[in-house]
Amino acid sequence: MAAAFDIATTILVFGLAYAMLLFIISVGLSITMGLMGFVNLAHGAFAMVGGYITVKLVAPMGVPYLLALVIAFFLVAALGVVMDRLLYRHVYGRPELDQVLFTIGIVFASVAGVSFVWGPDPQNILLPEILLGDIDLGFKNIPIYRAFMIVAGGVIVAALFFGLERTKIGAQVRAAVDNRRMAESCGIPTGRLFTIIFALGSGMAALGGGLGIQILGGLKPVFAFEYLVIFLIVVAVGGLGNIRGTFVAALLLGIIDFAGKYFLPEGGGFFIYGVTFIVLLWRPHGLFGKA
Amino acid sequence: MLKHTTGLILAGAVAFAAAAEAREIKVGFIAPKSGGAAQLGDQMEKGARLYMKLHAKELGGDTIKLIVRDSKRPGGPIAKAAAQELIAREKVEILGGVIFSPNAMSIAPLATAGKMPFVIMNAGTAFITNMSPNIVRVSFTMWQAGYIMGEHAAKEMGCKTAISGYTNYPPGKDSVAAFARGFEGAGGKVIDSIPMGGPREAPDFTPFFQRVKDKKPGCFYVFVPAGNHAAGVAKTYQALGMRKAGVKLVGPGDITQDTQLQGMGKAAVGVITAHHYHADLATPVNQAFVKAWKAAYGAKSTPDFVGVGGYDGMAAVYHIIKSAKGGKITAAGAIAALKGWKHNSPRGPIMIDPETREIVQNVYVAQVYDDNGTLRQKKLKTFVAVKDKCKELKIGRCGK
Repeated sequence: MAAAFDIATTILVFGLAYAMLLFIISVGLSITMGLMGFVNLAHGAFAMVGGYITVKLVAPMGVPYLLALVIAFFLVAALGVVMDRLLYRHVYGRPELDQVLFTIGIVFASVAGVSFVWGPDPQNILLPEILLGDIDLGFKNIPIYRAFMIVAGGVIVAALFFGLERTKIGAQVRAAVDNRRMAESCGIPTGRLFTIIFALGSGMAALGGGLGIQILGGLKPVFAFEYLVIFLIVVAVGGLGNIRGTFVAALLLGIIDFAGKYFLPEGGGFFIYGVTFIVLLWRPHGLFGKA
Repeated sequence: MLKHTTGLILAGAVAFAAAAEAREIKVGFIAPKSGGAAQLGDQMEKGARLYMKLHAKELGGDTIKLIVRDSKRPGGPIAKAAAQELIAREKVEILGGVIFSPNAMSIAPLATAGKMPFVIMNAGTAFITNMSPNIVRVSFTMWQAGYIMGEHAAKEMGCKTAISGYTNYPPGKDSVAAFARGFEGAGGKVIDSIPMGGPREAPDFTPFFQRVKDKKPGCFYVFVPAGNHAAGVAKTYQALGMRKAGVKLVGPGDITQDTQLQGMGKAAVGVITAHHYHADLATPVNQAFVKAWKAAYGAKSTPDFVGVGGYDGMAAVYHIIKSAKGGKITAAGAIAALKGWKHNSPRGPIMIDPETREIVQNVYVAQVYDDNGTLRQKKLKTFVAVKDKCKELKIGRCGK
């Protein structure tokens, strides 16, 4: 019994930490897809650039890790605005195939660009001592970094929910996701709204990129491709444009992925796909998506 | 006056070159140059080019043109197409390189059909050399490190039980099979063997490592391909507090690869590996090699076993060319020249086994320690002239 409890808490803690990471990175993708119907496959590239900025700020420049995360957030959010104004706006109204081709092109360019500037070597981050080691919860020890992920993730989730449910801009976003034309005719500036959301989503991705280096086994130029599928799965399972859905999907997939690998390593990464398959058969628009 | 002298020297050089019938020998070099394993291809090519730079004059007037092709992924098809192109269109005379075992396996039939000497500079799955009579391997086999690590873990480290974790593709299976054979042969018992995803992506190792921790083995043997995966191993081991829980991390040197070592931080300190090379080997040949490497590629750059594979691979290529004495390079001639070939490598003396065309070399058991903030590896034990156990014991496809 004690052993079963121990294993259950282990799975919960590690699954939760992974889920938080999935959520932080995927939520921006979900909202931009839901809001503009825009398929931004380059979302992972923003996470990757955020990761590189974090690494480069910490290692050669000696910026504290947490501060580096914040800087990465703002730099990549600004990059998001620039990309939105300069490039993305040209494909917003275009067919989905154009959007997919355009953004996958950006992924290729980002992979090549990052390996050109920083080389193909995987980048690792030496975390402050305070985030290494483990923490005693009384009944079990868990790694501090995972605990930190869960707390940081929790704060971000709470802030997002608050922002979306309780602020004016949140209400505008919800209105625009529900019915964009109606929102526009009510005078909501959806174009500007989208730029803001895009910047926020890009910044979140960057934050996730920086937080994930320690968990995802290093950062390298193919990051933008490697994890794209997972982010898309989270968005699809959760339902487009739905923060709550994205969160539930991240929890579900994060915990199932960990449990699957723990109990049946031979099954490898299969479980996450199996769950996606079943959920989408049952609800083609995702758990919380609207038809 | 100066112009006159230069002219004379030039004329002399031309005359000399003409006398030796200088020619350009094309060598095909297949390695990942893009994608997740690009840094391995980069490291191997740097090794190869360093050898060429340091020994440029040894070929008389002849020159080598290294034609590099990108194999991109660990899977076979792209590497095979690259080899085809190198043989048929570029008309190379020697094939070399190759990081990943599945790449080497897909090229092997072409080496046979195209009568092409094929010098493997990394790919370590043991049975590969049996796949074509034209293959010579100068790198290592998974069995060399794995078997010795298994014996060492049981005899010297006091481990009664062990669990192995591996990246799920041929060299991973090879490596854990070798470990199990060595470990159980010395009286230990392997209680679990865990596949940890494919070679393409470096996964989050936590679920697998947590499973190991909960089963409490004495030793935990890990094989992951060099490169992206390595740092994650040491970090996860530390994050889960596995050392405190009494689980000792061991493996082939892929998990303490020199180029990745500093990025692992304190997490790697104390890890014990068996391997044929690490950059801290205190031999004059190696020290000169590391110095030349740093002079060529920068003080922060370091060679690792992949770089040495490229370096020694090129030494083998030079030997093939020299042995042909200006005549045509044939697979038969090249392989005959390399059988029994001895070379003083940065890793120590190496030889090509005349029977199996496989490398015979020292294997070092080493431990990572902290040298005032720089991680280094200390040699604990040397095993001299280690042959490939898989072929010696005729296990599975190694026996064919």
